[in-house]
Amino acid sequence: MVNAASLDAARIRRVVAGVVDPEIPVLTIEDLGVLRDVEVLGRQVVVTITPTYSGCPAMRQIADDIRSALEKEGVLDAEVTTVHSPAWSTEWISEQGHRKLAEFGVAPPTAEADVVCPRCRADEPKMIARFGSTACKALMVCSSCGEPFGYFKELQ
Amino acid sequence: MFSEQVLSGPPQGSPLPDPTDRVTMLLAHADDNMILAQRLGGWISNGPELEIDIALGNIALDHLGVARALYTQAGEIEGKGRHEDDFAMFRDERQFTNLLLVEQPNADFAHTILRQLFFDAYQVPLWEDLSGSNDDSLAGIAAKALKEAHYHLRFSAGWTVRMGDGTDESHCRAQTAADALWRFTAEMFEGSGDAYRSNWETKIRDVFAEAGLHVPEDPYQRTGGRSGFHTSHLGHLLTEMQWMQRSYPGLEW
Repeated sequence: MVNAASLDAARIRRVVAGVVDPEIPVLTIEDLGVLRDVEVLGRQVVVTITPTYSGCPAMRQIADDIRSALEKEGVLDAEVTTVHSPAWSTEWISEQGHRKLAEFGVAPPTAEADVVCPRCRADEPKMIARFGSTACKALMVCSSCGEPFGYFKELQ
Repeated sequence: MFSEQVLSGPPQGSPLPDPTDRVTMLLAHADDNMILAQRLGGWISNGPELEIDIALGNIALDHLGVARALYTQAGEIEGKGRHEDDFAMFRDERQFTNLLLVEQPNADFAHTILRQLFFDAYQVPLWEDLSGSNDDSLAGIAAKALKEAHYHLRFSAGWTVRMGDGTDESHCRAQTAADALWRFTAEMFEGSGDAYRSNWETKIRDVFAEAGLHVPEDPYQRTGGRSGFHTSHLGHLLTEMQWMQRSYPGLEW
């Protein structure tokens, strides 16, 4: 039931911030630094996001997921806009995001020489492919335990 | 330098685009990225190895993303309500102002990599410059594109070296591709000053030296893409790229 009262801005922000990345579902768009702003204007919500990579195909899905999450809160008037400036960098990924990535089996962004295997923590893994399963990842393999894993490429 | 423009002259009634115009500039760079994205997309499921297939697909996506952002920006500045699809799907061959280089066919892997190398080495300084634009939105698009272009260049330069310094067969193919595409390189620097061209050539010479390839000396150059005069390849590419939107205008996924 949609009521006519103003929206609870804090709650709306929490809902939007909780939307997960469709490609790396352990990370929320807040962890990723993709979420730039949530504005609550009466019954309308304007969400601003920024792409990780120019051609990131997840952006459209993220926008849809935001609208869908807001719809469940009774927000029918939701606008999702994309900004390109300033350009996203991996420094925007939160500490929590780094931890979640490692737990998920993806090496979090760091200089290529400092990457450690997310499974056994051994250093000096081998680069297999600079372009991995998503735009933001490269594919590496651990020289110690043999585990292949995604490395979230550092982008400054 | 031979210019198609000079050889054939502009067709009557179609004024040449004014390169100082902001929308013209944005569309030229958007078209470069759009057409190259479409070309690279042709490799999907045809790559020589899975990793290369994925890499070319990823690079195509980056170019597509840049094109979309620039088309959107051009539409906003133009103020006639045109959106990205209007530019990509509803303009004709003569209205596209992409470089002749990017519309050249994929041919073999060597042609694709050399085309990419020539283009990447041009894009890096371009985005470096534009990331300092006083237009915040363009500067943001450029800053992101710059990071991606560096990464693409690493890939295309790496494969050029591997092919040039590889087997007789791979070396021969790389040299053939370099020789065939060389005539489309001067166009990238039309009107942008000699410094751009010489920086670009320095980069290419470094890569070619490592690859054991020789830099083509042939002064013959083809231009015309920036004025809408294309090689016969673009029309075929657009036919495939645009048919769905042309058959079902306004179609959305």
